[in-house]
Amino acid sequence: MKSFWTRFSYNRGAVIGLVILTLVIATAILAPFLFPQSPWKMVQRPFLPPFTQDGLPLGTDALGRNVLSGLAHGAYVSLLVGLVSTIVALAIGVPVGAAAGYFAGRTDDALMRFTEFFQTIPSFALAIVLLAIFQPSLTFVIIAISIVSWPPVARLVRGEVLSLRTREFVEAASLSGLGNLQIILRHILPNALPPIIVLASLMVAQAILLESSLSFLGLGDPNIMSWGYMIGAARTVIRTAWWLSFLPGMAILLTVLALNLIGEGLNDALNPRLTRKSE
Amino acid sequence: MTLLSIRDLSIALPLGADRLYAAKNINFDLASGEILCIVGESGSGKSMSANAVMGLLPQGVEPDSGSITFDGQSILDLSENELLKLRGSRISMIFQEPLSALNPLMRVGAQISEVFEAHGALTGAERRARALKLLDEVGIPDPEAAIRAYPFQLSGGQRQRVMIAMALALEPDILIADEPTTALDVTTQAQILALIEDLRKKRGMAVIFITHDFGVVADIADRVIVMKKGEIVEAGRAPDVLLNPQHPYTRALIDAIPRLTKTEPVEEVERAPLLKVEGLQKTFSTGSGTLFGKRRVVKAVQDVSFDLYAGETIGIVGESGSGKSTVGRCLVRLLHPDGGRVLMDGVDIAHMSGAELHAQRRKLQMIFQDPFSSLNPRARVSRILTEGMIAYGMPDKEAKAKARELLELVGLDETAMKRFPHEFSGGQRQRIGIARALALEPAIIIADEAVSALDVSIQAQVLDLLAELKERLHLSMLFITHDLRVAARICDRIIVMQKGQIVEAGPVNKVLHDPDTAYTSSLLEAIPGQDYERSLAAANKG
Repeated sequence: MKSFWTRFSYNRGAVIGLVILTLVIATAILAPFLFPQSPWKMVQRPFLPPFTQDGLPLGTDALGRNVLSGLAHGAYVSLLVGLVSTIVALAIGVPVGAAAGYFAGRTDDALMRFTEFFQTIPSFALAIVLLAIFQPSLTFVIIAISIVSWPPVARLVRGEVLSLRTREFVEAASLSGLGNLQIILRHILPNALPPIIVLASLMVAQAILLESSLSFLGLGDPNIMSWGYMIGAARTVIRTAWWLSFLPGMAILLTVLALNLIGEGLNDALNPRLTRKSE
Repeated sequence: MTLLSIRDLSIALPLGADRLYAAKNINFDLASGEILCIVGESGSGKSMSANAVMGLLPQGVEPDSGSITFDGQSILDLSENELLKLRGSRISMIFQEPLSALNPLMRVGAQISEVFEAHGALTGAERRARALKLLDEVGIPDPEAAIRAYPFQLSGGQRQRVMIAMALALEPDILIADEPTTALDVTTQAQILALIEDLRKKRGMAVIFITHDFGVVADIADRVIVMKKGEIVEAGRAPDVLLNPQHPYTRALIDAIPRLTKTEPVEEVERAPLLKVEGLQKTFSTGSGTLFGKRRVVKAVQDVSFDLYAGETIGIVGESGSGKSTVGRCLVRLLHPDGGRVLMDGVDIAHMSGAELHAQRRKLQMIFQDPFSSLNPRARVSRILTEGMIAYGMPDKEAKAKARELLELVGLDETAMKRFPHEFSGGQRQRIGIARALALEPAIIIADEAVSALDVSIQAQVLDLLAELKERLHLSMLFITHDLRVAARICDRIIVMQKGQIVEAGPVNKVLHDPDTAYTSSLLEAIPGQDYERSLAAANKG
C-alpha cells in the first residue's frame, strides 16, 4: 500500500488532480450548508458582474440567481451523475466482458456482437434518443449515460480475461475443483483490476461531460441546477455577460482535467512496469 | 592478446535492493579467441557484469568503481554515442529468449539488414546478400526462405540462430551470450553450442558465455568464473575448476548437476495399473479453413498408450513440440482428448464432464512449470492452499490446519501462510505449487517440467523433495521433462516421445543406457558435459 502512494505521488500532475477533485467533492458535500437557499431563487438584480457585491462574489445570472450557489449545487449533480453512471456501466460491462472472455466461443461471439451493436451508434446521439423517449429526470439521465458508456468496459475486461484465463494459476484453480464463477471472481478479476480502475476514473470524467452536454441542450433534469444547464442558459447572453458561461465551463474543465490526471497517476501506480523500466 | 580487461569493477544497486552491489570487485581478462564462462545461480550478478561491458545497465544501476578496458579504450568513460558505435560492431550480445529478443512484426532478413543500416555499412543489395550468407553460416536450412520469414514461423533453435547471425553481422571481437541455450531443448542446445564453438574457431572471436549449467560449461569453456552473490568465488582454467574445484560453492554447484547415473532397479510386482491410458489422441487445428488460408492441423498426440502403477514414476521425455505436455494436459483434463480412453480405477475419465469430473479430478493433480505464473499474484498462500480443499467441502478451519501441515511437509515455515507469492524465491514458490497439488490428497501427480525453470542447485532440492514425498505418501508420478538427466534421477520408467508418438518405452536403466531407437540415442548424445562426467568419474576412481 505504501509503495502504491509513493508511485502515485511520483506523478505530480496526479497529486494536483487529487487536490482539485477533493476541493470539488468538498464543495458538493458542503453546498447545502453553505448555500441553504435553493440555487433557483432570485437574490439580486440580473447580470451582476463578479466581485461587485458582498455575499455574491461571482455575481448573478440572467434571472438574478446566485452564480456561486449554482456552481456549488452543480458540483453535486455532476459528481453524482459521473460516479453513479460509471458504477452502473461497470456493473453491466464487467460481467459481459468477463463472460465473453472466459467462456469464449459462441458466448463470446454473441456477447461481442451485442456490444458492437451499442458501439456502432454514436454514443451522444443514442443518449439523446434515450432521453427523448424517457422523461428527463436525473435517474434517466444516469441510466442513459450508463447505457452508452458500458461497451468499452466490456471490451477491456474481455481482453484482460482472455489473456488471464490461459495462465497457469487459473488452470491450477480449475484443477483444484473450483467452479467457473469462483475462478472468475477470485482469480481472474482481481488480476484484471488495475486497468479497470484506470478506465473507470476516465469514465467518470466522460460521464460529467456527457451530462453537461445533455443539460446544455436542455435534455437534463429541469429541476436540478447543473453546470451544463448554466452554460446552456447563458449562451444567449455570451456577448454581454461572458462570465456566466465561462465560470461553469471552467468548473467542468477543471473537474474533468483532475479526473484525467488522477487516471494517469493511477495507471502509473497500478502498472509500474509499463512506466518505468525496472522495478 | 588481452582484448577486454575488467579491474575491480563494482556495480551498485539502487537503495532498497536486497544487497548493496550487483557485482563487487570483479576482475577478469578476456583474450581473443577464448571462451569464458561465467557461472552462477540466478541473482548472482553474472548478467549484470556482462551488461556493464555493453554499457547496458538498467536504470538506477551504476558502476561504482573500477574500470573496463576494451582494446585500449575505457568503456565506462565513453559517451552514449561512442557506445552505440561499439555495440553490435565490436561487442555484440545474444539473449536467453530469442522470441522476445526479435521483433515479431519484422521479417528476419530485414532485422539482419538493420544491423548494417544502424552502422551505416553496405548498400541495400549488399546487405541482403550478407544476410543470406550469415543465415547460411549459422546453419539455417534454406536461407532464401528464412530471410522472408517472420520470427514466429521459425522454431526456437532457428530463432536463436537468427539472433546469432545478427550478433555476428559486423564481425564483432566479443560475443556475449546470456544463457543462450536455457530455453532450448537438449538436441537444439547441443547444435547451438557446436555452432558457437565453430564460429569461435573460424573467426577468432572471444565469447563470454553466461550459464548456470555446468554441463554446458564443461563442453565449451576455456576458462571459468564462478560467481555468488555478486562476487567471484573461483576463477581458473576450465579443467582445473571443473575437476578440482576449490571453493565449497563451486563444489555444491557441480554436485547439483543431475547425472545419468544408474538407479537401483525396482522389483517388478504384478499388480493392477492405477492409470491405464489407451490410444490417447489430440489434434489441434488453426485457421478456419473456410475463407482465409489453409487449415493447419497438428497431430499433437497420436495413439499414446501406457500404464502407470501405484508408487511408480514414469518420465515422459522428448524435444519441445513432441506432445509430451499435451499428454499431461489431456490426462488432467485441461484439454479434451479427441480419442482414446484414460481409465482410473476402471472408470474412463477422458470424456467425463460436470459433477462426475469434479469428483474424479482430485485424484489427479498437476505441478506446473513456471513457479511465477502458476500462483495467483493477488492471493495469499493460505488461500492458494485451502481453496481446493474448501471446494471439495472441507470446513475452513480444518483446511487451514491441513495447509499448515502441507507447508511443513514441503519444507516451508507456517508463517508463509500469510504471505503473497512474490515474497518467495522461485524454489520456494515451486514448493508452494507442490503443496497445492498435494492438498487434495491425489493418487497421481503430473509434474509438467516442474524443475526446468529452476537453477541447478534448487532443482536438486526440489527433486529430492519430490522423491521423498512420493515415498512417504505412496504417490504415483508422471514426470514430464525435456532433460534426460533430471528424468534419470527420479523416474522408474521412461517413455520417449517424438512428434506425438511414443518411440520408446522401458525401465530407466534400459532406455538411458542401452536405447533401442536412434532417436533416443541422439537425445542422449546431446546431453552437455558427458566427456566431463567420464573424466570426473575416472578422477574419483583413481
